[in-house]
Amino acid sequence: MSEQDAAASAPQVVSSFLEQRKEQIAQRWADAALFRSVFTISRDEAVEACKAVVDALSEVAVSGQLENVSAPGFTDVRDQLGRMAATRTRAGSTPGQIADEVARLREPVVDLLREEFADPAGPQAHESALALTLLLGTLRLVVMETALDANAELIERQRQQLLEVATPVIKLWEGTVAVPLIGTLDSARSQVVMESLLEAIVDQRARYAILDITGVPTVDSLVAQHLMKTVAAARLMGAECIVSGIRPAIAQTIVQLGIDLGSVLTRASLADALAYALSRQGIEVSRADAGASAR
Amino acid sequence: MQRSGQASATSLPIGSDADLAWVRQHVRQCAAQLGFGLVQQTKLVTAASELARNTLVYGGGGRVEVTPLDNGRSRGLSMSFIDSGPGIRDLELAMTDGYTTGGGLGLGLSGARRLVHEFSVDTEPGRGTTVTAVAWVAQVPASRPGVR
Ligand SMILES: Nc1ncnc2c1ncn2[C@@H]1O[C@H](COP(=O)(O)OP(=O)(O)OP(=O)(O)O)[C@@H](O)[C@H]1O
Ligand SMILES: [Mg+2]
Repeated sequence: MSEQDAAASAPQVVSSFLEQRKEQIAQRWADAALFRSVFTISRDEAVEACKAVVDALSEVAVSGQLENVSAPGFTDVRDQLGRMAATRTRAGSTPGQIADEVARLREPVVDLLREEFADPAGPQAHESALALTLLLGTLRLVVMETALDANAELIERQRQQLLEVATPVIKLWEGTVAVPLIGTLDSARSQVVMESLLEAIVDQRARYAILDITGVPTVDSLVAQHLMKTVAAARLMGAECIVSGIRPAIAQTIVQLGIDLGSVLTRASLADALAYALSRQGIEVSRADAGASAR
Repeated sequence: MQRSGQASATSLPIGSDADLAWVRQHVRQCAAQLGFGLVQQTKLVTAASELARNTLVYGGGGRVEVTPLDNGRSRGLSMSFIDSGPGIRDLELAMTDGYTTGGGLGLGLSGARRLVHEFSVDTEPGRGTTVTAVAWVAQVPASRPGVR
């Protein structure tokens, strides 16, 4: 080691080591599961991704913020790390397994670093290896952080999707729309249901709206209240609302609970509700073999 | 049919809408395992939904303790909804059909009582509320004694 190197701080030594040995480090890392399984198009692609991470580490090291997960040096690779973590997650890796994969990047680089020193077991080598280990520990935290962010984002997106997906308003016939409700009808969901139903009533000029609750497992007083509010709002829009699909167990429970659905038009099944709506509109459905080419 | 009711009590937190969904699922599962029929399961789950929501909305959150029972003749399920919220000042009024301070239908407490066999409320203003509901498998509801 030269005089100058001896004077340099361990983080600086680590930084210039990373810069100088970038190619070798990248070659060693490219075959690790973390990179190989994510950058699948070519090995070169994996090598490039590794180099970007080495660059970032070098920048963080030179800034001396070895233990700072928000060090500016990580900014450029944060997206890439997030994508890597997300890909591993989709492939079935748990956060713990991903953390292990990041941890396994340490040994090959630390070995390389020690080889730089005349005395690989000496105090200088030891100090630098320690600094590098700290830095890679921070990288591990950054990856975990991006993995958790990606998960939280995914969950929020799915939640939003579920809100919308689970409440389609279906046009059953000219002037008749239906919403097959599925799952828990909490306040947020019922708000979405009411809005989309009212919108559909206006758009389709519907006179009849069917709320089918076959897929709703529990009807308690709050759910019943939501249903009654929706029925009342539809009525204000000029449509008659029919609630269908009240299963026997739920019917008995509702009655004992004391809920009065007397003001609400109900039918056993969606088919019955549709038949009612059609007949009220003067539409008759009959078998084609009866002679008429009924639609 | 001698099976020991040694299955232990479960305590679940009640702090969010998602917790309410958990409570319902757990109660349904326990009730099914204990041999409750579909109608009784539905009643138990609905009562749990009412009481857990009261714990959340009025009690400011708390927990539920679900305990399988076995009295030698029949198996049952006990659910205690526990909060340390403001308590209920006038219990008789709160138990009246249609009474609500929260813009609901006012049927949660009174309705839940009708859905189970045993029902008790332990409440103290400023200290909190514990509502306990118990149902037994295929037993004639206590509110209709003498019916065979
Ligand atoms: N755990 C509790 N802590 C404090 N007050 C309560 C609690 N549970 C119920 N109450 C009071 O009792 C009233 C009646 O409760 P109940 O569940 O019967 O009706 P609700 O919750 O107002 O409406 P619903 O349950 O029909 O949607 C409530 O409005 C509230 O004032
Ligand atoms: Mg209530």
